[in-house]
Amino acid sequence: MLRYVIKRLLLLIPVLLGVTLIIFTIMAIQPGDPGRMILGENASQEAVEKLNDQLGVNRPFVVRFVSYLYNAVFKLDFGKSYRTSQPVFNDVFARAGTSFKIAFNGIFMATVVGIPLGILSAVKQYSAVDTFSRVTAMLAAAIPPFWLGMMLIFVFALKMQWLPSNGIESWKSFILPMVTLGIPYAGSQLRMTRSTMLETIRQDYVRTAKAKGVPQGIIIFRHALRNALLPIITITATSFGGLLGGAVITESVFSMPGLGTLIVTGIRQRDTPSVLAATIFLAFMFGVIMLVVDLIYAFVDPRIKAKYSR
Amino acid sequence: MNVMEEKAVRVRSKKKSKSAEIWKRIKRNVGAMIGLVIIIVFALSAIFANQIRPEELVTKQDVTVRLQGPSAAHLFGTDAYGRDLLTRVLYGSRISLTIGIFTAGFSLMFGGLLGAAAAYYGGQADNIIMRIMDMFTAIPGTLLALAIVAALGANMTNLLIAITISSIPGFVRLIRSTVLTVVESDYVEAARACGTRDGRIILKHILPNAIGPIIVQTTESISGMILQASGLSYIGMGVQPPRPEWGAMISESREFMRQYPYLMIFPGACIILAALSFNLVGDGLRDALDPRLRD
Repeated sequence: MLRYVIKRLLLLIPVLLGVTLIIFTIMAIQPGDPGRMILGENASQEAVEKLNDQLGVNRPFVVRFVSYLYNAVFKLDFGKSYRTSQPVFNDVFARAGTSFKIAFNGIFMATVVGIPLGILSAVKQYSAVDTFSRVTAMLAAAIPPFWLGMMLIFVFALKMQWLPSNGIESWKSFILPMVTLGIPYAGSQLRMTRSTMLETIRQDYVRTAKAKGVPQGIIIFRHALRNALLPIITITATSFGGLLGGAVITESVFSMPGLGTLIVTGIRQRDTPSVLAATIFLAFMFGVIMLVVDLIYAFVDPRIKAKYSR
Repeated sequence: MNVMEEKAVRVRSKKKSKSAEIWKRIKRNVGAMIGLVIIIVFALSAIFANQIRPEELVTKQDVTVRLQGPSAAHLFGTDAYGRDLLTRVLYGSRISLTIGIFTAGFSLMFGGLLGAAAAYYGGQADNIIMRIMDMFTAIPGTLLALAIVAALGANMTNLLIAITISSIPGFVRLIRSTVLTVVESDYVEAARACGTRDGRIILKHILPNAIGPIIVQTTESISGMILQASGLSYIGMGVQPPRPEWGAMISESREFMRQYPYLMIFPGACIILAALSFNLVGDGLRDALDPRLRD
């Protein structure tokens, strides 16, 4: 098992290198230069050139890329933000907490709502409950999160004045973003749970259990759900990994300082080191989450566990 | 024609046309039909937008009628510049449908080529293609699209390119796994043994048998792409004002939302309907193509 974990972590290295190359290239193609962005429109061309030289952005692409990699790999130095002149990971770690909370809350709500409804929907296929859940899930998947967020702000913050519309001052600030992300993801959780449950319910061992007279609750939870869990775990974890940085539009609606916003600001201001650091961090987290998913598989499914020990 | 002949004709035509059979099953699916009707309505309004409302109304400003609620003269009301919201929403369907359909088409094309090649050739080719896709998957899709738009410049064409690139890995994965199951079948083995050329095997044997799940996925992805395009336009990294993109319109309505919520309700409803319709049709297609539900 430990050997497997180490191997998977080593396999992350080429992925991270690739991510670095992709983002580095995209940022290099971007028109405009950081010197001009920092000093503003009115600064003299000389001052801009001087700053660009200091930041090293005038060197050829390959030189910049290799020196970035060299510093990152051998000195663990990912550079300083062009904008704040602070080491980039200060910002990344300061914002990771907020992003983590937003993503966790959203996925938590999606799971609590989506999975039970999905099970119910599958068990009572073609019933009124099933139709209702399917229609709701369809609708939920079609709502743009930013629009849902604005409607929630309109109703609960502006009209009723129950909850704050932006910021991260108290736990109350996290409720509306949670619902904004929770509803669309609950829709996809529901559909995934329903379809995998329907598949397992048709299996022979479920029919056997029924014929033996096993109580329905045990059939559903022990026989069917346990075997339907793998795809459900996968979609939950990938959604969570994706939301860590991908909730950027929701972050922007509620003006919350998360990693997504950090990257967007970085892109707008040509702050390459910040964008790189945040993206590498996200890609690393994504890789670790996928590894954890595979390890959870081993606990859920003895067949997979047997493969590891071989 | 006597009864026997007629029956024979009917039986033959039934056998002949698989697509007719699928169409018959879709017709029975209420959701899919609703979705199809919505798509047709949007498509017609996109195509005939300039017959319904003159194009200059899209950007024509009129301060005397700014921020008026829905009325007989302006069914959806007017925005902060006094532009007619109905006209803008109408022309917005052109943008969103174009982006949705073209990005899905291009992603399918490039994702299909790469995915099919990976599955068909296997070995090193498969390894290289999939490891590159892993790198793209490790970056959240929205952020990747956003960075590409920023690099190329924010406009509709670049938005289309960005969303296509960020959705290719998903298509590659799907098509690879679908094709893999077909590649290992006996009839492909047989074709290979007969010395059939690779291109012909891919086009004539593999694609037709793998196409079902791919069509479903492509249809449903259109709705995801419409949502993503509107989201990026909303944060200013997509179609730029004054072009009437739905997400950009919602973004413009932000400062007026307290008094004039209709400004965000109409474009929002259009995004939801458009996204919903492709999901409904995709879902109907899946049921119609699923062999386990047949008969």
